This record gives sequence, C-alpha cells and structure tokens, in this order.
Amino acid sequence: MNDVTMKGLGERMWKVVGTRPVRPDGVDKVTGRAKFGADLNLPNMLIGKVLRSPHAHARIKSIDTSKAQALPGVKAVVTSADFSDLPSEFIPAGEMMVNFRDMTRNVMAREKALYEGHAVAAVAAISEAVAAQALKLIEVEYEVLPHVMDVAQAMQPDAPLLHESMYTIGMEPKPEKPSNVAKRVEFALGDVAAGFAKADVVIEREFTTQPVHQGYIEPHACVASVSEDGQAELWCSTQGQFIVRNFCAKLLGMELSRLRVTASEIGGGFGGKTVVYLEPLALVLSRKAAQPVKMVMSRTEVFKASGPTSGARIWVKIGATRDGRITAAEALLKYQAGAFQGSPVQPGCMCAFAPYDLENVKVVGFDVVVNRPKVAAYRAPGGPISEFAVESVIDELAGRLNLDPIEFRLKNAAKEGTKAAYGPKFGPIGLVQTLEAARAHRNYGVPLKANQGRGVASGFWFNIGGETCAALNLTEDGSVTLVAGTPDIGGSRASLAMMAAEELGIALDKVRPIIGDTSALGYNFLTGGSRVTFSSGMAVIEAAREMIRRLRERAAKIWEIPLDSVAWEDGHARAVGGAKQVAPMPLAEIAKTAGKTGGPIVGYAAINAQGAGPSLATHVVDVEVDPETGKVTVLRYLAVQDAGRAVHPSYVEGQMQGGAVQGIGWALNEEYIYDKNGRMENPGFLDYRIPVCSDVPMIDTVIVEVPNPRHPYGVRGVGETPIVPPMGAIANAVANATGIRFTDLPMSPPRVLKAIDEKHAATSK
Amino acid sequence: MDYRAPASVKEAVELLALHDGRAHVLAGGTDLLVKLRGGFVAPQVVVDVKAIPQLRGIESDARGFRIGAATSCAELAEHAAFSAAWPGVVEALHLIGSTQIQGRASAGGNLCNASPAADSVPAMIAAGAICQVAGPAGEREVPVEKIVTGPGRTSLARGEFVVGFRLPKPPPRSGDAYLRLIPRTEMDIAVVGVGVSLALDDKGVCTHARVGLGAVAPTALLVEAAGKALIGTRLDAPALAALAAATSAVCKPIDDKRGTIAYRIKVAGVLARRTAAIAFDRARARNP
Amino acid sequence: MDGTRKFKVATKHHVTTTINGDPAEFLCTPEQTLLDVLRDVLYLTGSKEGCASGDCGACSVILDGRLVCSCLVLGVEAEGRDVETIEGMANGDELHPLQQKFLEHAALQCGICTPGFLVAAKALLARNPDPTETEVRYWLAGNLCRCTGYDKIVRAVLDAAAEMRGN
Repeated sequence: MNDVTMKGLGERMWKVVGTRPVRPDGVDKVTGRAKFGADLNLPNMLIGKVLRSPHAHARIKSIDTSKAQALPGVKAVVTSADFSDLPSEFIPAGEMMVNFRDMTRNVMAREKALYEGHAVAAVAAISEAVAAQALKLIEVEYEVLPHVMDVAQAMQPDAPLLHESMYTIGMEPKPEKPSNVAKRVEFALGDVAAGFAKADVVIEREFTTQPVHQGYIEPHACVASVSEDGQAELWCSTQGQFIVRNFCAKLLGMELSRLRVTASEIGGGFGGKTVVYLEPLALVLSRKAAQPVKMVMSRTEVFKASGPTSGARIWVKIGATRDGRITAAEALLKYQAGAFQGSPVQPGCMCAFAPYDLENVKVVGFDVVVNRPKVAAYRAPGGPISEFAVESVIDELAGRLNLDPIEFRLKNAAKEGTKAAYGPKFGPIGLVQTLEAARAHRNYGVPLKANQGRGVASGFWFNIGGETCAALNLTEDGSVTLVAGTPDIGGSRASLAMMAAEELGIALDKVRPIIGDTSALGYNFLTGGSRVTFSSGMAVIEAAREMIRRLRERAAKIWEIPLDSVAWEDGHARAVGGAKQVAPMPLAEIAKTAGKTGGPIVGYAAINAQGAGPSLATHVVDVEVDPETGKVTVLRYLAVQDAGRAVHPSYVEGQMQGGAVQGIGWALNEEYIYDKNGRMENPGFLDYRIPVCSDVPMIDTVIVEVPNPRHPYGVRGVGETPIVPPMGAIANAVANATGIRFTDLPMSPPRVLKAIDEKHAATSK
Repeated sequence: MDYRAPASVKEAVELLALHDGRAHVLAGGTDLLVKLRGGFVAPQVVVDVKAIPQLRGIESDARGFRIGAATSCAELAEHAAFSAAWPGVVEALHLIGSTQIQGRASAGGNLCNASPAADSVPAMIAAGAICQVAGPAGEREVPVEKIVTGPGRTSLARGEFVVGFRLPKPPPRSGDAYLRLIPRTEMDIAVVGVGVSLALDDKGVCTHARVGLGAVAPTALLVEAAGKALIGTRLDAPALAALAAATSAVCKPIDDKRGTIAYRIKVAGVLARRTAAIAFDRARARNP
Repeated sequence: MDGTRKFKVATKHHVTTTINGDPAEFLCTPEQTLLDVLRDVLYLTGSKEGCASGDCGACSVILDGRLVCSCLVLGVEAEGRDVETIEGMANGDELHPLQQKFLEHAALQCGICTPGFLVAAKALLARNPDPTETEVRYWLAGNLCRCTGYDKIVRAVLDAAAEMRGN
C-alpha cells in the first residue's frame, strides 16, 4: 500500500507535479535501445584491460612491459610512468573530498600496490583476447609487505603503514610519527558529562559493520577517443560527466575544454560512480595508440577495485531520564577509508544523532586507511553506519524505559528550530510527521507470532545542492527541449520535464528532456547527494521563468503594450490591467513567430543551488527468526519519508523501496570476505549476497510532504535517506524476536544462530 | 580451444580419450562456462554432449526411470511422473540455481562438477540412484555416491563420462525429500543439504531409510548411521534426535565464506530432522 | 615464457541460427558466449553483461523456448536454434504488455536490469499465465535489481499477467 500524505499543499493547484506519467526515456529502456556504458562501439576501436595487483600491500620494484608491447595487436601499454605525479590537494567533491595525489595513485599504483585489485598497468589491443594475453606478458616485481585490514589493528602503533608520510590531521598536539589515522573529527554541543549525570538510565554498546558494495548491476565502462591534435571525447557510465572531465583533465594535464565527456545511460551508481577508475586509463591508452579505446570492468574487478563503503567500529552511549527524555549522547566512530584517506566518517559523525533534539552531544570520528579498495560514496555516505548504532541504542533505551519506540523517538525528535550537534538550526523538517504516519499505519498494529519481532528506526540525511545549469530551448512548433547536466539515474528526466511543463503551463509531452554532454552546458556538479530533483529542478524552474519573461516580451511587442501588462498563465500570454483587449496568445503561437519578433527563445539558468532540505524517514520492519538455523526472514516492511514535494511519486516510492532493500542486504548478508593474505574471497554476485526478488516482501511506503521553503516547489532530496534506517530497524526487530541485541553486521544465519545457542546455553546453566 | 558436438556416445568417448585430461564435457555449461571465463580451466576441446540422444530425456518402465545425464533440470521438474515418484530428487534438481540456470543445468553436470555442495547429489544418494558411465571399455553402472572422490575430482577413468542415471520405481509407502540451508532464498550455494528417502510398512514403521548429506565434507555422503536411526521407528522425537545426532556426527566441514564448522554441524542435524519429517509425510500420503 | 610474436588467432565457427524470428548467421570463436556474439558481433546490445557468471540475469534470452543466461551459452551452441532477445519483444511499434506495464508501474529506475527482467517475465507468463506473487518472485530470483527493491517490478508483472489473461 503506497500513500501520499499531503501537508501544506493548499497554496498552489498543481497540474503536472504529483502525477505519475510514463518517463520520457522509458520506451528506450524497455526495448533494449538505451545505450549504457558498454553499449557504444566506434570504428577502429581497441579494447583496454587492466593488470591488477594480486597482493594486498606490496612495493612495486619494477615493471617490465616490453614483451607485452611487442605482442602483435598490442597498440599501447601504460603504467604510472604515463601519469604525472600530483601534489596533495583536497578538493571538495560534494559529500566527499578528493585528493589528486591519491587519485592518480588509485587509478594507477605508483610506489606501492595498496590493495588486491589495485591497477598497476593497462594495455590496449585489437581484441579482448590479445589484451588479455598481453597482460600475462607484463612482468611486475613486487616486494610483498605486511597488510592491515581492520581499523582497530590499523590504529595500533606497530601496524604496517600504508603511507609513510601521513600524519593525523585534527590532533592536538600534532603527532610526531606517521600513522594510518588520516584525520580526527569532533562535533560537540553542551556538556555530555553533566548530561549523563542527570540520566536515570545509560546504555553504551559497541558495534561493527562490514564494508558493503554499492552493487550497481552495470560494471564501470567507457570509450575514450583522443585525436592526434589532443582533442578528446569520452563516453562513460558516470554520475557526473563534468567531474569526470575535471578529474581526467587534471590527471592527464589537459585543458578542460579539450575534453568532452558524454554520460551514457547509467546502470546504477549509488555513489560508486562519482569517481574515476577506467576513464583516465582509457584516455591515456587512446592518446598513445591514437585510436578509440573501450574499457569495461568485470564483476570481479568491480568488487576488488571500486566502491565499497566503509566497514567500521562504533561505540555509542546514550542516557535518558525515567520519563523518556535523552540527557546526553556520545559516540566514537572509526571508519575504514580503504587504501587512501577519505572515509565518510565526517558525515557519519554529523548524522549520528541528527534526528534528535539534544542538549549534550559529543561525537568523535577517525578516518583510517587499510589495505582495501578506496571507499567511494554509497547512498548517504557514512550515515547508515553511525545511525545503525545509534538507532540500536535508542531502541534498547526505549525498551528499558518501557516506552513504545515511536513514542520515545517523538519525545526526543528534532524539529524546526532544533540545533543540530553539527551546527545549524533546522528549518521545517518532517521527522515527527514520519513517526506519526508510521504509528498510524496498519503494519504497526499487525499481531506478531512466535519468533517474530518488530523494529523501528529513523534516519536522517542532509541532502545537498551545488553548481547546476539547465537549458530550455523553444522550438518553432512550440515544443521544448530541456538540457540537464546531471545524469538520470532513476527517473530525473521525468521529474525535470514535469517541473518545466508545470512552470511553462504546457503539456508534459511538449517537453523533451535530454542529458547534455560537458560542452552543452556550464559546469554541473554530479548526480549525488540527492540533489538532482532539488538542484536541477531549481535550475529548470529558473530557466523556465527566464523563458516566460522572453515569451511575455514577445507578446508585449506583438501587442504593443508594456511588458508588465503581460502575464503568463496556463501556457498563455495574457494582457492584463486593461492595457489591451486581446485573446490570450498560446506559447506555440509565440514560438511560431519568434524568428520575426526577435529570434529564437531560450531559457538558461546557471546557479549554485542553496537551501537543500534534510529528509528524515522512519522505517518499521517485521521479521521472523528461525531459532534452529538463525535465518532471518523479512515479513513486512514500511518506509515513511518526508519528500518535501513528491514531483513524481512513483519514483519517490522507488527510491524508498530500493534503499530499504539495499539496507536489508547490508543488515542480513552483504559483506566483504578476505582470506589471510588480504585477497577477497567473494568477488561475485554468487557469494556477495545482495537481496534477490524472493528474499523480500512488498515494500510499503508513505510519502510525507513537509515542503522545503528554499525550493520553489518545496522539493527535498529523497534518494539517500531510505538506506539509513533499515539496519537499525532490522536489528531492533531481530532483538524483539529473539531477546538478543545484535551489534555486528551482517546478521547472517551463522552469526544469529551462534548468539541464540549462546543465550540458551547461558539460561540453561 | 575447439568445440565439438558428437552425435554418439562412441564418438564422445573417442574425443575424450584422445584429449585425455585436456578435454572437458559440456552439458548445460552453467559451471564450465564460468570456469572458462575465469581462466580456471583451459581445455583443448570442449565436448558438447547434448547432441547425443542417449544423454537427453526421461524414460520410464516397470523397473523405474532412466534420465539422460544432460537433460535440463527444468525438463526434469516438468516431468509429471518423475516428479510424483521422486519429489525429493526433483526439488533438489529444482534448487540448482535460478530459472535461467534451470533451463541449462543437468543432473550429470551437477554431479561431475564434483562440488561438495551440489544440491542434486545428496537427494540422488538418498534415492539410491545408479550412475551410467560410458568409456572406452563400454558402459558400467556405479552407485552415484561412488563418482565424486573429492572437490573437483571424480572416479571417472580416461575417456569416461556419465551418460545417465537410473532411479528405481519407488516402493509403496515411500517418500523422499531434500532441504538445504542457504543465506538467501535463492541463488546461493548450499551451506548444508540433506536428502532423505524412506519407506514404511503397513503399520507406518520405517523399514528402509537412506540419508544423503551435502556441503559438510569433501564429498556428499551417504550417512548409513542416520538411516539406521530411523529404521524400526515411526519417526518419533527420539528417532529424529538420533537421526540429527548421527547426521551431525559425520560432518567434517570447513570454515569458509558460506558458513562456519559449528554452524554446518548443527544445521545438518536440524535439516536432517526436517527433511525426514517431510519424507515421512510423503510416505504416509503414498498409500498403495 | 616466450610469448612474443606468437599470437594465434582462434579458428572461427560459422553459425546459422534464428534470432527474433529472423534468420541470422555469424562467425564466432569457440570461447565466445552467446552474449558476446549478441553484443559484440551482432550489435544487439539490449542484453546486458552484469556478471558473466549467471548470477544477475541481465543477459537473459529465450533459447528454444527456455529462459537462459546468454553468458552461460556458447555462441556455437546457437547453431540451428531459436533465440529471442529483448529486441524482439515489441511487435513493431506496439509494446508487449509487459513492457507497457513496466512503464506504467515505474518498474525501472536505472534500466540496466530491465531487458533481462522483461525477457524472464515473458518466459514466466508463457508457462504460467496466472502466477502468484510468490511464483513471480521465485521465477525472477535470478534477475538482480539493485534500484527498485523489486516491489514495482512484481506489481508490473502481475498486472501484465492479468491484462494478458483479459481481466
């Protein structure tokens, strides 16, 4: 059952927004016509492949590519020698930071290979078979070094060092010795010691989570073509063609305008396609070979060399009074960054207690490098990890206080005006509304049977805005092309076209949206941070308003009246204020004569979108635990979320449902498994177990709408928040079913059965 | 690599013998193609046996059933008489992979891939299936539990391959069942798999029982002690407990990415109990 | 090992087959899978490679009426067979009811798994015109989707089945 709860919608009669039309790119995607990363083939195209380190940590003593070079059919071989070294320089990349010194080393290992799967060389050849044979002819001499995989071990003073020159940032005094700890961050409000002193009940627990992969079904893929004069074209599956352009240009020392990047259709990203892996290699290979080069990762490469998000160790302590008011909360988070610094520990710290109105909070986080692939953003990066731990303790506290878990959250819920530990005061936010809607939903009252349990968890994510451009071009027949610069990963062409149609007052089928390449628009930050419907939507609305102003100008000119005597309503120019008695002029008519009234009519917006609204959610899940096998089955699932304004409710629900199911995987089965040599044992969909269709029930949704006052239509982002609550909700449901608090993810059958057996052994003694 | 699709058993045997050790039999290909792509095997020749009439289809007579080794699991599961006779074998075959895999995977391939966790093997062992092996010296028949000798290893000699299986006609008041434990509901390799086949006398007392056990030792096992625990009982609680204990006792599993030693040993007993209960219900429902 | 200057080009097989009702022929090496052939030789790129190991279902095709992963079929095995891919699902400019229902139910987000799901669902409804939700879920368990949580896909299949039955 999917519901939309309308709140504060009295101000405008929406015509298009809030409806559920077929998406404009839909037919291409149901017929196999849509072109994804690996679907492009160019004449004279070579195939590129990557040689990867079999070692988790090894010094690269030498690489001999001569035999590979000499193999007939091989057109180019590259190593780190083909890339200039770059100084350490942090660049904000939305929700994550990037450092070009690290990036150039991640795309191609220089001094050391820092994880199994780290690229050490690449070849381009006339066929995949020749390229594969060439890889076997490359001789790499490694000095294998001790490796470290876990944050606790990596933080030990005698741990193997990944980067000999890395000193912890954010420590006072500045450390004298290098370590694997890249950064310490702290966020605090009030006085936690005083707060805990006032508490009647205090619970503290330690948690672990494992790295999980974004698990997009489309492996990374690109086609690069560099011509002899240095102009380059790149086609790739990415969440941001502009950031790919900028990263690759920096790594290759190119001028930005000489590299044109086209985003293919993208087969899932979830944050994992916000960085570059193959793209700079394909460009360098193509530059060397002077032929187009296609590169596609295998699924094994995707697991070993891209993604995942951090595994972590978390400690959480929360105190509350007998009547259910939280007096203090504290957390310590240690996140794996992978081989290079830059885990999402900072957003993890900021989110940890964000759903709650607290006087005394302290959160400390550590960013720790280990011999695993460098983490990439994954849907609300950092948030699900810390909030899993916090929501577990919140649930346990509610139980200890004999309070309904929703009631306990309502007593402490953040609302408009609440000051968050990470700084700002919230504007209107919808946590209370999601809690109330969850409590009112029929799922919350379904009676449970033996071995079944119900769990609740809430979740928070900031959402972001950022640099965005959009263009609307009015054609001579009155239809409109819309050019956006943010790849459409889950239906944004629909939502953007809907906003354009709404604003212009024309039928949706008169708007044809496309995603432009990097030469079509000014800079666009990527599709991420749940920003597209918010930011590109804001740009589209602004572009539409500019187009409307021009349409009014033309009407004023035709009617020979002042501009302010022309209004725009329902797709028509109308003379107002008694200036002239004329019939309203439809957009199509103005379009037809545009050439004579001043030339083509366009609308363009180039903005830095500000005012993204946090989106909060509450999930309720029912599970059944088989007490003899430890297997957890999800029986019912309800996701409630504040969308601000649901432009296309079906795709908002889709985000909520998809995030919930990714969270189910994270909670129950997904994990990276390594052998003692630091080699991944489950680099495939067989043993990296993402949920399949028969694993899950229907995912019920309720969309709550608390409009974001800083977006013209009230839009908040919705894409990321849905993955925040599931792990806590499921852990709480399993605790409710078994009486056992699970603090380690995943709650896989062996782990659950072990805990059940230990509990029986303890009680029977 | 070369690809050959012989039309007769004789031709296939000759090809296999000629390329001894460097030839691979291709049935459904659901394991072989993954190994080829991953570079785990590099045969000189792939011998596709699906064009050999003897390797395809299901036949039945008064003695029982004969299934061609390369018959797809989907075809086997769709065969009404076979499904009615050996529901446990069919449910095991039906658990091998997705719908897509079902369209290709075969009982012969599942056996000869020699994975300790093959789903069909414990059920076939419990059912007393006989394997028909063709080779340079002609055909021989071997109990199915004698084929696999270790992970990835079989007792098949040079030039030999499995051409089919014989399953007896199930006696009156008999039933079989197969259960496995996987972390998800589909698409996983068994962490433990148990097949049970049993028969009852007219008073409902168990007169015959075979228990096949998978994924807890280097090969699937015939657990004779587990079968004995049921014989002479009506599968009451003590008998089922004895069955579980006997099953757990023979487990020699490893800790791996799919499960721990302790987990596999415990769950083997649990599944043996549950599987036997299903087989028992089927046997009682199958009154002559 | 002296591997230089010794690359041997594999002998190709000539294969005659039927694809989406039309006669087709192609050359392929014995190593090439049917998926490789569809995508790289015939440029039918609607079938996707998500894993190359039969675990994701994005390459699903119907081979002689049976749903299979084309990544687990050799190209040479297509000789004399009948192959149906996503490109043959619509009838001219008329979408198959499943395609239409996937659009109406918003049963796709990124769309990479969509061709595989559609082909698999078509094979299901050919065998079982009135499946339960559970039957749909188990039949489609070999098709991974990471975006939708499967909810809207299952609804679209059930709705298409009802429409195809004439309800």
